[in-house]
Amino acid sequence: MIEVENLVKSFGEIQAVRDISFNVDQGEIFAFLGPNGAGKTTTIKMLTTLLRPTSGRISIDGMDPATHQNEVRRRFGIVFQDPSTDDELTAWENMDLHGALYGVPRRVRAERTERLLKLFELWERRDDPLKQFSGGMKRRLEIARGLLHTPKIIFLDEPTLGLDPQTRNQLWSHVKKLNDEERVTVFLTTHYMEEAERVARRIAIIDHGRIVAQGGPAELKAQTNAETLEQAFLALTGSTIRDEGADQFAQMRAMTKMWRRNR
Amino acid sequence: MTAIYMLWLRQLKRYFRSRARIVASLGQPLLFLLALGFGFGPIFQRAGQGNYIQFLAPGVIGMTILFTAIFSGIELIWDRQFGFLKETLVAPVPRILIMIGRTLGGATVALFQGFIVVIICFIAGFRVHNASAIPVALVVMALIAIMFTALGTAIASVLADFQGFQFVMNFLVMPIFFLSGALFPLVGLPTVLNVLATIDPLSYGVDGLRASLSGAGHFGLTVDLAVLAILSTIILAIGARLFSRIQL
Repeated sequence: MIEVENLVKSFGEIQAVRDISFNVDQGEIFAFLGPNGAGKTTTIKMLTTLLRPTSGRISIDGMDPATHQNEVRRRFGIVFQDPSTDDELTAWENMDLHGALYGVPRRVRAERTERLLKLFELWERRDDPLKQFSGGMKRRLEIARGLLHTPKIIFLDEPTLGLDPQTRNQLWSHVKKLNDEERVTVFLTTHYMEEAERVARRIAIIDHGRIVAQGGPAELKAQTNAETLEQAFLALTGSTIRDEGADQFAQMRAMTKMWRRNR
Repeated sequence: MTAIYMLWLRQLKRYFRSRARIVASLGQPLLFLLALGFGFGPIFQRAGQGNYIQFLAPGVIGMTILFTAIFSGIELIWDRQFGFLKETLVAPVPRILIMIGRTLGGATVALFQGFIVVIICFIAGFRVHNASAIPVALVVMALIAIMFTALGTAIASVLADFQGFQFVMNFLVMPIFFLSGALFPLVGLPTVLNVLATIDPLSYGVDGLRASLSGAGHFGLTVDLAVLAILSTIILAIGARLFSRIQL
């Protein structure tokens, strides 16, 4: 369903993604794990047509996101890492707009919106503008919205960041259900190893833009003689904190952007 | 079509929900009408040019549409920073339709703001010389609105944040307004100013409004409409192209 070969993305001098290759089968739940700044979000942006790769090949259900953007976009749904809702609109309006953009018929849109807003406990607040929502509520709406249409592939970029355990549980149960019943392929990133272990069939670990290990949770643990996935993760990626690296990255990106603007 | 309609509707909702912004953006046209209109009125009259309010009103209407339209277009930068842009960019809708929906929404907002200023101009003493020309004036207003919303969108497509905004205001939007003949007649000007006014798109918008509402045009209504229609199409095409190339 997702095929990636020798994918590279550079921002000026910096290589954010360095020659990665992996496959995700149809109906699989695939976890993409890595420290901050490892290249996870950059990869997702390339898979979801938001960013053009520097080199390498991507195929989503047989289509190249760089050349067949609309065909690819029709095949996936995404929950972004950072906010992507409109604060001036109400919860209902955000859902409705999303459904309309994805061509969900009005009746179905209304039914699913009601079901999802109830599931994520936002139904009572459906007519309030999002600017009155707390961070957690907005996050819940993002997730509900991402599940409004039923695509072939769902990308979840750190979907549980800042969520309480109840909502996390709801989310993963729902995702598993979609995967079981509708064979939706799931591509997720998370920093919570136990989540990845709970839902993912296969895991790739990325660090400094390279994939350092791939396989099932058990394989990764065996490979590193670790008892938990967290230990395996630390064994593979080291225990240094990456925030500094991430900041340098952000700075570099800002600089290339500035340079592009001034050109 | 649904996508265009929904994004158009979104722009309208955002506009009508921020009443503070509607009121605030009326301050500038009011000030121009009062300070310049009544301030320069006597001297304009003495120079044998007639009623200055009658001359200035189309200029102030054009100005209002220009500023509102550019701002509506540039709002795209907010959407980029607050993240909503991503939501529309991954949707399975050709980006050109997204751009058109946004632009029509912004243009409608600008047009509406223009209507409010038309009413204010009437209160200030402006009179339409021929009521049958009002539909033409509406077309001119709509074209100004579309052209500059598309321009704002085009600019916002290449700006990543608000740092370049001041530059755009001072070196593009302000000159477009001041050199357009909104404030002074385009006759007997120094060559440089004359050339600048002739290449200024808003000149044709203001002139078209003046020709239809006051019955005194400079370029002629046909020229005005032709230039506005052609430029709107070109800018819309450039804007759509830049918009569809946005990477995040």
